[in-house]
Amino acid sequence: MTAPEFGRGSPTTEDTGEGAVPVPRVPASRRGETEAAGFDVLVAGPLTTVQDQGRPGYAAMGVPRSGAADPPSLELANRLVGNPGSAAALELTFGGLAVRFRQAGLVALTGASCPMWLDGRPVGIHCAVPVLAGQVLRVGAPVAGLRAYLAVRGGVAVEPVLGSRSTDLLSGLGPPPLSTGQVLPVGSAGGSWPADVVAPVRWLPSPADLVVLRVRLGPRDDWFPPEALTRLAHEEFRVTGESDRVGMRLSGPELRRSDGRELPSEGMVAGAVQVPPDGHPVLFLADHPVTGGYPVVAVVVSEDVPLAAQCVPGQRVRFRPVR
Amino acid sequence: MPPSPTSTARDLVRATRAVGDRAFLVEVDSLDEVERLRRALADRPLTGVTEYVPAARTLLLRYADAGTDRAALLSELDEIEVPAPSPASEGEGLRVPVRYDGADLDEVAELTGLTSAEVVARHTAARYRVAFCGFAPGFGYLIGGDPVLRVPRLPSPRVRVPAGAVAVADEFSAVYPRESPGGWRLLGHTQLPLWDARRDPPALLTPGTVVRFEEVAS
Repeated sequence: MTAPEFGRGSPTTEDTGEGAVPVPRVPASRRGETEAAGFDVLVAGPLTTVQDQGRPGYAAMGVPRSGAADPPSLELANRLVGNPGSAAALELTFGGLAVRFRQAGLVALTGASCPMWLDGRPVGIHCAVPVLAGQVLRVGAPVAGLRAYLAVRGGVAVEPVLGSRSTDLLSGLGPPPLSTGQVLPVGSAGGSWPADVVAPVRWLPSPADLVVLRVRLGPRDDWFPPEALTRLAHEEFRVTGESDRVGMRLSGPELRRSDGRELPSEGMVAGAVQVPPDGHPVLFLADHPVTGGYPVVAVVVSEDVPLAAQCVPGQRVRFRPVR
Repeated sequence: MPPSPTSTARDLVRATRAVGDRAFLVEVDSLDEVERLRRALADRPLTGVTEYVPAARTLLLRYADAGTDRAALLSELDEIEVPAPSPASEGEGLRVPVRYDGADLDEVAELTGLTSAEVVARHTAARYRVAFCGFAPGFGYLIGGDPVLRVPRLPSPRVRVPAGAVAVADEFSAVYPRESPGGWRLLGHTQLPLWDARRDPPALLTPGTVVRFEEVAS
């Protein structure tokens, strides 16, 4: 141990001007000096992945964009801890995460409303939370929304693949989902000190809420009979349990086509409502395939795609066509 | 025959369709026209467009800003000069060494009324070009194959197709870049690593790449 500020023997004292205040010695390992910065995954939760802004620009090579399913929530989490927008954070599906920090830092949870505890004490979300080395942060199950974002000042520093640290569950790019017992590295905090430490909470649906998503019809609405378009605009769908980061599967009204034509594969986007022959639509999310061969009857407006990503299985969903 | 004059995109584009508020599809008549339009736009990108996704009869154009003036973008597109169809001899291309020992080789021979040796001969004689990618990273849809080898996909896809499998289906040939499920008919396999996320570019087969298959001894 050679660092001068810690090399004065024990117990260390600090002169505050009002008398010596003893500062307990902390083992170097708990100060994070001899270990790389990072955190231990004590409980990985149902599905926790590393996400950033994804891999734009590789679609022509067949690589999905991937990235956070709810990008504004990721952006907010990064902002609250003073990270650049490109930093990677954790995307928690259904919460259920517990981590122990190896060094002091700053964290923030955004997105789905989950209870959170630091060493057993409730702490706030949508705000910056300082953590000390050795403290355990637990995130419970969401009461509203599905996906929460946990940003750590410095960013989750796993090795990037094609310029991104995102886990792409469709193509298997990026790190695998978190597993219990794993240690994740944290980068050095080069960014500015956070300007905002508390942020407004965006409305997110509770499981019983009806979610209305605005859509633009097309590009293949002309492949469907008028009855199917009427059902799309006026009936209620339900999110099924087969939904994932690739797409949200919907049950309820069947959007049957009048003919058996086959569509040559064409480019897809997040928010596309693709309709396979069985008539049950799939709403594409972050890990959607680059191209698809089923007609897209409508596309959720880009502002509402993050809201779609926050719908839980069983959620009631309606589509409202806009121009 | 005199060389075909270049044309503008206006002559090729059959229709454009909005895809939500941040993309639109440009429809043309053929895979060749998709390729010509893709090359034209690679040379002269449109203002604000962040990504082009070529496919079978369409090119998807993505833009970052939902407030983008689509009408202005479309009129800019109309004026883009599109190169003449490229002659088949263009470029040496990528040589893919193949061991023709695929599980479906005999069945493809049966379906096409050829011998297995004739299937191999026809598959190696053609000169292919990557029309577009999709399905998986680095999975290129190769066009230009012998129409005699046009066979339907398997009625039920395989759960596991090994990396490097060389396969045919419909009007396409392809090489599976990584192990994955797959419904195409397997003719053989190659050791050439077509996909490596650490390489730049990670995919050897990108749209426009010219490809030949070469038989190597079993």
